[in-house]
Amino acid sequence: MGRSTKKGPYVDPKLYQKVEKLNDVGRKDPLTTWARACTIIPEFVGHTFMVHNGKAHLKVFVTEDMVGHRLGEFSPTRNFRGHGGKAKK
Amino acid sequence: MPRLLGVDIPADRQVVISLTYLYGVGPKIARELCHKAGIDPAGKARDLGEDEVARIAALLDKDYTVEGQLRRQVSQNISRLRDIACYRGMRHRRGLPVRGQRTKTNARTRKGPKKTVAGKKGVKDLR
Repeated sequence: MGRSTKKGPYVDPKLYQKVEKLNDVGRKDPLTTWARACTIIPEFVGHTFMVHNGKAHLKVFVTEDMVGHRLGEFSPTRNFRGHGGKAKK
Repeated sequence: MPRLLGVDIPADRQVVISLTYLYGVGPKIARELCHKAGIDPAGKARDLGEDEVARIAALLDKDYTVEGQLRRQVSQNISRLRDIACYRGMRHRRGLPVRGQRTKTNARTRKGPKKTVAGKKGVKDLR
């Protein structure tokens, strides 16, 4: 179930402020964030975010296609290394 | 057998049913089409006149995405997800369920036939 249209997309207020500030100066420094639930809005395009995955901050470069997705979708929280350890050794 | 949109040849069934043989046309849209084209949905498809077939084709062309165009749209959507490396895209790439279903058991539609692993608990019982 999607989010109510009345509310509009969820954008982390603090993160949004920081992006705005960067856009005003015209710089694109990577932003470290924990806001995985934050929706990517057109203003974010071209910026790099360091998105927390529970362990580390992974680099996410935002392209136009990513608008509408959330930051967390690009920072996987699980790392599947494959089955069958013994056979490989 | 009437031909619709080039390739599709719905059989000698009721018009509503035979229309659903088109990719992208289900019961709902089939009923809509009959209504809009002024055709008896319960009539047999073989009794459709050429003008009636043409009317349905025109309606499909105008308001609906079906067949090749729809297939292309779907695969484009998937390849977009793959390209942006988001979670859903990764699941498509690995051939695993995309919408959060369990994969400990089941998920055979996405994963394909069972691959038995030797030495795993329970393999002996299977034989």
